[in-house]
Amino acid sequence: MSGEESVIEAEGSVPTTADAGTAEGGEGIGHSPLRREDARALRGETTYTDDFGQAAAALSFVRSPHAHARVEGIDTDAAEAVDGVVAVYTWADLADSDAPMRLPVRTEPLDCEVPGHPVLAADRVRYDGQPVAAVVARDRYAAADGVEAVDVAYDPLGVETDPRAAADEDVPTLFAAAPDNVAAVGELGDREATDRAFAEAEEIVSVDLENNRLIPSALEPRAALAEYDRTEGFTVTMTSQSPHGHRRKLSHTLGEPERQIRVISPDVGGGFGHKGHHHPGEAMAAWAARDLGEAVKWTATRSANYREGAHGRDHRTTAELALDADGRFRGLRVDTHAGIGGYALGGGGAMPGWYGRLLASQYEIPAIYCRSRCVFTTTAPVHSYRGAGRPEAVYVTERLVDVAADELGVDPVELRRRNLIGPEAFPHETAVGATYDSGNYEPALDEAADAVANVPRGGERDEDGRLRGVGVAGYVESTGGGFESGVVRVHPDGGVTVTAGTHDHGQGHGTVYAQIVAEKLPVSAGEIEVVEGDTDKVPTGTGTFGSRSTVVGGNAVAESAADVLKKARRIAAHELDADPDELEQTESGFRADGDRCSFADVADAAYGRGLPAGLSPGLEATTFYELEDTAYTFGSHAVAVAVDPETGAFEIERYVAVDDCGVRVNPRIVEGQVHGGVAQGLGQARSERATYGEDGTLAASTMLDYALPRAGDLPDIETRAKETPSPKNELGVKGIGEAGTIAAPPALVNAVADAVGVDHLDMPLTPERVRAAEER
Amino acid sequence: MFPPRFDYERPDSLDDALDALAAPDAVPLAGGHDLVPLLKARERDPETVVDLGGLGELRGVGRVAVDDADGATERISIGALTTDAELLDAEPAGIDVLLDATAAVGDAQIRNRGTVGGNLAAAHPASDIPAATVAADATLHLVGPDGDRTVPAEGFATGDHETVREDDELLTRISIPLASDASGGYARETHPSTGYASVGVAARLRVVDGSVADPRVAAVGLCDAPVRLRAVERELDGADAGSPVDSVTDAAAKAGDRVDGPVREDHVVSAEQRRTLLSACAEDAVTEAVARAVGREGVAP
Repeated sequence: MSGEESVIEAEGSVPTTADAGTAEGGEGIGHSPLRREDARALRGETTYTDDFGQAAAALSFVRSPHAHARVEGIDTDAAEAVDGVVAVYTWADLADSDAPMRLPVRTEPLDCEVPGHPVLAADRVRYDGQPVAAVVARDRYAAADGVEAVDVAYDPLGVETDPRAAADEDVPTLFAAAPDNVAAVGELGDREATDRAFAEAEEIVSVDLENNRLIPSALEPRAALAEYDRTEGFTVTMTSQSPHGHRRKLSHTLGEPERQIRVISPDVGGGFGHKGHHHPGEAMAAWAARDLGEAVKWTATRSANYREGAHGRDHRTTAELALDADGRFRGLRVDTHAGIGGYALGGGGAMPGWYGRLLASQYEIPAIYCRSRCVFTTTAPVHSYRGAGRPEAVYVTERLVDVAADELGVDPVELRRRNLIGPEAFPHETAVGATYDSGNYEPALDEAADAVANVPRGGERDEDGRLRGVGVAGYVESTGGGFESGVVRVHPDGGVTVTAGTHDHGQGHGTVYAQIVAEKLPVSAGEIEVVEGDTDKVPTGTGTFGSRSTVVGGNAVAESAADVLKKARRIAAHELDADPDELEQTESGFRADGDRCSFADVADAAYGRGLPAGLSPGLEATTFYELEDTAYTFGSHAVAVAVDPETGAFEIERYVAVDDCGVRVNPRIVEGQVHGGVAQGLGQARSERATYGEDGTLAASTMLDYALPRAGDLPDIETRAKETPSPKNELGVKGIGEAGTIAAPPALVNAVADAVGVDHLDMPLTPERVRAAEER
Repeated sequence: MFPPRFDYERPDSLDDALDALAAPDAVPLAGGHDLVPLLKARERDPETVVDLGGLGELRGVGRVAVDDADGATERISIGALTTDAELLDAEPAGIDVLLDATAAVGDAQIRNRGTVGGNLAAAHPASDIPAATVAADATLHLVGPDGDRTVPAEGFATGDHETVREDDELLTRISIPLASDASGGYARETHPSTGYASVGVAARLRVVDGSVADPRVAAVGLCDAPVRLRAVERELDGADAGSPVDSVTDAAAKAGDRVDGPVREDHVVSAEQRRTLLSACAEDAVTEAVARAVGREGVAP
């Protein structure tokens, strides 16, 4: 077919070398060379999935306009007659094939056996936007015409979009296997000990709050270009945070062995979790490419991307904190309903396993009990969104602490200080089973609090009549987890290729991994290329999410570099006729007794001549690194606000972030991660909410309707860093990718609640809500 | 997000444009910020899109002398296809209220492409410019197959994306009476998701001997079409320019309760919040207009 010839072959991530990253003041660990990724992006030279396969057929979905309905019939005749339409598929076509074509359910955390998400609705739709039929056409315009021409008969069923209400009786049931819509119940901590703590408490405060549902809004929507060859199998070029993870999921959905699937992920324009998740688009494109024998491409429109889900948060929580009269925390009791949407997919159903683990935040709390229910609702599937369980947990505790401080008449910072886990107490196991590796919480808290110490607060009015408020929140973030691959391959000319199973989608892995390798080997960062994003080029991998890449991928790469160095030293010693222990490492090689041997000479020797006896040829190492223990990042953020009592609008006058992620490989990139995280956290706290209407359709289905913050809505973010290394990994690093999303919401809500003098205030803090709270 | 099939024409002259628009189901395209998204969402399905980009004669800002009932007066004339940025660059004196509202439109990229006439003719309920044209008592000039006609800015828009313009007519220019002692101001609260105004208020007035005279105040975003706030104008007329604000906010609060037609609401901003914002915006717009007028009059407030 013509598609095969004209498809531009995707090359995976373009290997990054440091063409723009001048090494001002060094390029190893702890320095901030410019990000090598940026020059290409700024010049518009990045290539995203949609840039490939310009001649491929276009796939588009007919999506349900109902939140919950029986599919009574699908008439595709008119669509098939549309000029340019190649094929129209329904579930009947998929069911006739050998491929399962249901996105896999992560079964182990669930209490019920429910079917996987069919790539096209079988007989029922369970959320607005669920794919019902697929149209493949010569171009996107014809595909859109075809989609419009498909006639689907629906029999609407009842809807319930609120996770608490959906677990009530007399609410429509989504799956017979979960008659009360509860997919899983999770329990953490010691219930009896917690009940005892509350029975003995001198003070109990409570909150009832919503952690608002959010929609990931990466610049690049999801996309996949699929090709099929009888011998080679599938090649799927797609937006991904985890190419090997997607290969595995596609293997399941298509019923093909992993070796017959190659996933290439070129430049990726942001993910925030929703590109780590399996979607109908890539599976349908692959299935259709095989069926039609030509390349098929799917690129989500913005509203399809929004309606299809991998939304985040959506918790309803009641929580109580038990205290002594002197403000010591005795116990914490939390009850949460988490909406997971119309299907159990990805991280949604697994939420109880990780959400409660951070409820202790930075505090010594002897007894904690958390019960959480994952509830099916007639909404798009919920997945892990930047932060993924940690913002939800920390928000509960950090709001409770402020409410308690108000109740006891104690300064909220002082109340926090009284209850901090001390620096001598690490490793520290919390009452919900998290073992914090290292920490030194008080200096970070002090620095954040001091920055706003002289700012008016507590509703004091400024000369404009605005109400001033200050909020501080601490946080702990679990980072790392799972295994990662890291390969360091030295070429015969001494140049180095690094591969890792993580996948950059904006973070700057190329810069950071090169810094780590340049720190170990006598090679400059400019001679190190970093390759990710191709299952044929990278041995295997877990991917990029959960603030894990530097922690797990970085250590994998570092360990391989150390192995290469060990061998290189033996070869160099042989070349120089010296004792390996007397070798001195230089910038570009080794030295002994005034004789020099360059790293290129070592590489040349490794691949041919002059190896010492007993050493095999080659100079490369592969590491499958598994983190010994999770690394716990922490910090405190402080916010000062001024609220206009007339309209409820407020200005963030000061934002100070003090973060400690252990050793910072590249401090500038760390700062950038804090900026981005805080921007997203403030977006959640201030404006974003994935609102569903009464009919269950997504009201916030476009960027005109979903209140993503704009650049002008964000304050100047002052960042300060502390450095308490993790003792649990070689590099001493901890992740920083999600910190801002955890700290910013409670810090801002605490500040605005302080300004308007209320205990209860739900996100997002729209002017309207703030005004209503102020008038209460 | 892929528009349906349509024919495309790009006439070089006004006459050709009118001919093209006489065809059934033809729609004019100016800067495209309203029409193109509607096409992409398939909310509009015209036979023909008539691109007005070739009509240089409808671009530019100047002064024209007019003989009317009051004798010879001067008016500012703005070609309908003048972009927002061009109007702001020309910065003609005497229409500060329109300049303020134009500067509030979208962002620099949008103002570089969006046109003043397109903004008015599209009649988005939350557009900024219509408020200013009502406050400035602008006249809109239309041309159709049967000749020219003029309509006042007040009443031009009749609803959400609805105006008195016939399908085969074109808005060619906007003219505004030049009153050398009139001052204006525009204030808006930005909608958190759309970026349009939740509510925007334009005020234009004079200050004579320390008192407000001839005030005109109009709001957008509140209802489907711009609303003239006559109650606010009554309170303002003759008010002490030193302290106009209290009477304004009270009157604006009442005006919010009394507007003709339903107040707009969506899942982000309720009708009640819009009424609240009306007072705040009216206060800011009037305060700005009075401050400018007092500055002009040379009397300390």
